Amino acid sequence: MIGTAPGAYSWLPKSALQGLFDRLRELGYEVVGPRVADGAVTLGEITSLAELPAGVRDEQEPGKYRLTVIEGGGYFDHVVGPHSLKPFLFPPRTTVLQVLRVRDSWVAHTPEPPRPKRAVIGVRSCDLHALAIQDRVFLGGPHRDPEYAARREGLFLVAVNCGRSAATCFCVSMDTGPAVTGGADLILTELPDGFVVRVGTEGGGNVLAGLDCRECTPAELAEAESVPKRAASQQTRRLNPATVHDTLMNNLQHPRWDDAAKRCLSCANCTMVCPTCFCSTVNEVTDLAGEQTTRERVWESCFNEEHSWTGSGAVHPTTKTRYRQWLTHKLATWIDQFGSSGCVGCGRCITWCPVGIDLTEEVAAMEGSRE
Amino acid sequence: MIALPANPWQVMMTTIRDIVPETPGVQTYALTFDDAAARYSFLPGQFNMLYLPGVGESAISVSSDPGDTTKLRHTVRAVGNVTRAMEKLRPGDKLGVRGPFGTAWPVDEFRGKDVVVVAGGLGLAPLRPAIYHLIRHRADYGRVTLLYGARSPTDLLNETEYEAWRAGGIDVQPIVNVAPESWRGAVGFVTAPLATVPLDPTRTGVFTCGPDVMMRFVAEGAVNRGVPANRVFVSLERNMNCAVGLCGHCQFGPTFVCKDGPVLPFDRVRQLMLVENF
Repeated sequence: MIGTAPGAYSWLPKSALQGLFDRLRELGYEVVGPRVADGAVTLGEITSLAELPAGVRDEQEPGKYRLTVIEGGGYFDHVVGPHSLKPFLFPPRTTVLQVLRVRDSWVAHTPEPPRPKRAVIGVRSCDLHALAIQDRVFLGGPHRDPEYAARREGLFLVAVNCGRSAATCFCVSMDTGPAVTGGADLILTELPDGFVVRVGTEGGGNVLAGLDCRECTPAELAEAESVPKRAASQQTRRLNPATVHDTLMNNLQHPRWDDAAKRCLSCANCTMVCPTCFCSTVNEVTDLAGEQTTRERVWESCFNEEHSWTGSGAVHPTTKTRYRQWLTHKLATWIDQFGSSGCVGCGRCITWCPVGIDLTEEVAAMEGSRE
Repeated sequence: MIALPANPWQVMMTTIRDIVPETPGVQTYALTFDDAAARYSFLPGQFNMLYLPGVGESAISVSSDPGDTTKLRHTVRAVGNVTRAMEKLRPGDKLGVRGPFGTAWPVDEFRGKDVVVVAGGLGLAPLRPAIYHLIRHRADYGRVTLLYGARSPTDLLNETEYEAWRAGGIDVQPIVNVAPESWRGAVGFVTAPLATVPLDPTRTGVFTCGPDVMMRFVAEGAVNRGVPANRVFVSLERNMNCAVGLCGHCQFGPTFVCKDGPVLPFDRVRQLMLVENF
């Protein structure tokens, strides 16, 4: 008999991991996990262990992402790719209103949002923190986002403790990882022969109960504890969350903004891969006859000029003012709005920036010299 | 308080009852709800998202009397996609409405006190519901003054109403930047009368709306007269898309202008208003 109460640990042999997939599918979940697609580890529907990126390691640097395969490596040796949980809860394109012309008027209705049952396998601590941040954005205010709320309900999360860090990771300094501290239904730590599984929620315990588990040995538990510590020790980048708010807000005219603007392409990649960026815009999509209109909400970015457009022009007309808007919001005014930083230290914006702008360096440059 | 709709994207259909040309490029649209059972009320200073299917939405302050919602008026300058398409509409045409959204002029906070309203150009429109409210409840307030600046006499909004407002107990003082010889009123910037108008800073609230730069000078002018910055209120304009704090377009530092504003106490935004293009 294994423990299935929240906080209990058990041992899941590697060969039994397929059982977790099968059990989740039996329970009606679409199972999403990491797999290699388009030269990156991305999240998509998977049905078997064989699809997991065994032995795949991601080499990440500012503006650089490469995969290598290590013979005999683990299923979760990679770190974070361009995808996070964001597109599953806040889809890149969704319908918020449908409008039909009826005689001389219009009839509008809000479509019922889909309520998928979805299990995501391999979620990292940084992304669980990002999810908690998006929960505050979409569900914490006076107006709840109906689509996000519907998708959030059916989400089952199998987290993984990171065993290595990419060069772009800085979750240690943001206090968001690499060890998973909560927010998941099951938490796996991968060892060479199997997984130490910690139960996060009652629902997680129920799923685990049907699997081929046994109790962990003290040696397995001790080894599992060392896994995220190893990842933590590899991190070199850092931000100081205690001072970054004032560093930025007291330096709004710092020459470093001009310097960053000379490098920044205003391409919006950083905001697309960011697991917390939530800007969107609604487009009108009409049929040719003009009888039907769909209002589609799509991801938007503060790096687009039209994002800040008003009757008297754009509030942020230049790359400098847009980069400043993004960074001050992410690292400073987000704290004023939601009580936490908008950054979880996942490093995606550094890796996926085509010119390799590193926000930790930009902040450090302003820390060192007052405007 | 007004109940929030379960789904913030739901639109109510209205019919345009009349369209009144105001100044060049500016028109006032009077709307009535098609659903006679629609229970709509708003507070002075709040805005609606006006929706033209197939074209899009635009955030427009309500400019009519909050005490009478049988005709909901919006004064609109044709300047973007949606407002230029609206310009082609005729009475009888349909417009969608989502709202009301945002914060209101704090008319209750200044009951028993004096109010100075300072408007610039089209900035009179979001203040007009406050003016109607002050007239309707005139006995509840002390001195009420409207300082209204526009570029030229032809840019003065709602000029035909000033006599009625004066009769309602408001000291209406228009001022224009440039005037033909026929103009008998004041010439200059609206900050000039603000510097000299009778004003007791211990019992006065200042409500201002206009271009950002104008509001900054007006608000600082009021502070110079001794009015505490938290009793000076500005109404900010930013891009609005969702109007409920979920889309990110309207952010101004820590403020979501759509839900924390548009009406904000000056002390909250004073420092950031000094930073160009923030």
